Amino acid sequence: MAAGDIGARSFGGRAAAFINNPAVRGLVFQIAFVVALVWFAWDIADNTARNLQRANIAAGYGFLDRTAGFGIVQKLVDYTEASSYGRALLVGLLNTLLVAGLGILIATILGFIIGVARLSSNWLISRIATAYIEILRNIPLLLQLFFWYFAVLRSVPGMREKWTFLGIFHINIGGLHVPRPVFADGAGTVGIALIVGIIAALLVGRWGRKRQEATGQAPPAGWIGAALIVGLPLVAFFALGRPISFDVPVFNDQGPILRRGFQAGSGMTVIPEFFGLLLALSLYTAAYIAETVRAGISAVGKGQSEAAHSLGLRNGQTLRYVVIPQAMRVIIPPLTNQYLNLTKNSSLAVAVAYPDLVSVGGTVLNQTGQAVEMVSIWMIFYLGLSLLTSLVMNIWNRRVALVER
Amino acid sequence: MKKLIASIIAGAALATAGISAASAGTLEDVKAKGFVQCGVNPSLIGFGIADEKGEWSGLDVSFCRAVASAIFGDPTKVKFSPLNAKERFTALQSGEVDLLSRNTTWTMSRDSSLGLMFVGVNYYDGQGFMVRKSLGVSSALELSGAKVCTQTGTTTELNLADYFRSHNMPYEVVAFEKNEEVLQAYEAGRCDAYTTDASGLYAERLKLTNPDDHMILPEIISKEPLGPAVRQGDDKWFTVVKWTLFALINAEELGLTKANIDEKKTSDNPEIKRFVGVEGDFGTGIGLTNDWAYNVIKGVGNYGEIFDANVGPSTKLGIARGLNNLWSKGGIQYAPPIR
Repeated sequence: MAAGDIGARSFGGRAAAFINNPAVRGLVFQIAFVVALVWFAWDIADNTARNLQRANIAAGYGFLDRTAGFGIVQKLVDYTEASSYGRALLVGLLNTLLVAGLGILIATILGFIIGVARLSSNWLISRIATAYIEILRNIPLLLQLFFWYFAVLRSVPGMREKWTFLGIFHINIGGLHVPRPVFADGAGTVGIALIVGIIAALLVGRWGRKRQEATGQAPPAGWIGAALIVGLPLVAFFALGRPISFDVPVFNDQGPILRRGFQAGSGMTVIPEFFGLLLALSLYTAAYIAETVRAGISAVGKGQSEAAHSLGLRNGQTLRYVVIPQAMRVIIPPLTNQYLNLTKNSSLAVAVAYPDLVSVGGTVLNQTGQAVEMVSIWMIFYLGLSLLTSLVMNIWNRRVALVER
Repeated sequence: MKKLIASIIAGAALATAGISAASAGTLEDVKAKGFVQCGVNPSLIGFGIADEKGEWSGLDVSFCRAVASAIFGDPTKVKFSPLNAKERFTALQSGEVDLLSRNTTWTMSRDSSLGLMFVGVNYYDGQGFMVRKSLGVSSALELSGAKVCTQTGTTTELNLADYFRSHNMPYEVVAFEKNEEVLQAYEAGRCDAYTTDASGLYAERLKLTNPDDHMILPEIISKEPLGPAVRQGDDKWFTVVKWTLFALINAEELGLTKANIDEKKTSDNPEIKRFVGVEGDFGTGIGLTNDWAYNVIKGVGNYGEIFDANVGPSTKLGIARGLNNLWSKGGIQYAPPIR
């Protein structure tokens, strides 16, 4: 029996060692956590489904194929009242992407300018930048949105009048009316010529940099590139017999009052809701980006710009070649946050009737009553968009990160 | 955003808590907690609105009070939940409110896929258009090419699309989340027309700077029977709310008012005797006291009184009875008898 005792004890010793092994413990707890999480998620989903069934509420995503039946004022893809709910949501999604994408672009440019201006040695410029940042950051975005939207609406001529700029831009309360390009056969070739021009310009730019590094002389790569981007499509355009024409907006100031103004179906209209939202989002986010940029520039040691100056670089050159490249390492991570914020804030669109995903989804939700499904679609979309933005920004961040040797 | 969060929370409550309220019996729950939780419109003059002192009034609000009177004999035993168009159904489904009395249109899809039960119709409405008089338009059929402002998340967007499509008229819809912004945009001239339920148009017109510069077109483009709704699966509660509505209409037909109900209690008319609970056991049959209908009229008055006090010709809204008159007076308000 003694041998058996020893065996049992040594087995117990081995088991204790196994349990006390930190690696094993870590694994066990992690597996247990994942199992608990999956069980929790499954339980919620299952409970929801059963409760919905018990309350006689229809469930599932089948409604996406049904006819939507309502109109949407701005659509980037074909959409009519006879299209499906799924299509309507696509229209809303694209509208969100449009305003978020353009908003990010404008906010970045403006934010960099203001951020640099705030550090300017010119008293007036730096104070103006400070005032801008402090005012815009400290007023709630929704109020700014209403301000810009109704400011836009109240400051432009009514539906039966217009302001005209440069002969082709017409503005009234219905929005910005511009000629709409009409693409005939061969328009695709012009588009290809444009893409070829851009690629060629990029190659010329790279060649120019290499040559400058090798010989010290900078060829006019910028001008050549610009000529390629403009020239190639122009040549293609005329060679193919002008395949792109323009549909000019028709303005009628005769007849019954309701028929006056810009005629539906002529030209292209950018609605004021879009301008209001774009303005509010980009001006608001630019204030935050400006602070990020200022912090990034301040983080670059003073010795860096002093060294650059003593090498004979001018202020602008110092900023461009020495300070900003180093500041980007500090700027990019918080900049990502601002991009995510702007995208998520675009869901305020519904307050000023811009048909984004939340607005269109709200109508779909009300018509179908599929609240759980609709909210899940919203969440998945915004989550996906945020993760995608983070991914792109992280790749960029890795490219500018300090390479240590 | 606030609404979105509210609806998500309501959805989450629905997901985790279940429909416990429905299964326990809403009437018992209401009696136990001592008040009716009623979902109403926060900002529609004549139907549901709170004044600066937080005092609620309106046709739909009065209905909530009528239900409280039927149960407790006290019209003040109500708590109001202001709800917007988007969050109202989730609030009812999740048990956040016991009763939804918020100018809500009774449609088949709401019965079939939202788990709701409409108890009847307390206001026969229809969708209309408001335009500037200066537009020179006298009919909705002349609105071809018009830009139309409305509120998102309601049936109006669908009716609007149906109407313009069926008449082959182009249009453009600008849909806002809230009434306030719809009105501001319309007033700023963003739209030629403002569309919503006709009753709502009368109410919104009063908020404009110069109400007289605007007119409501005669066309009614949809049927909007507005009524209170409860959750499916609780027949007892459904019956109580339904008969409260019928009591209001029957009282008007019998000539019972808030003022004369006490003296009518001794009436010889058998119909009135049954109504006030002197004869029969109608109240206990639905889980209330026998003087439930008496309490309703004593608390809030009959349907006609409620209508006149909130939306009728003598109010700012000045809406004629029209379809909402009793069936015996040229309208279509009709209630099954108490017997």
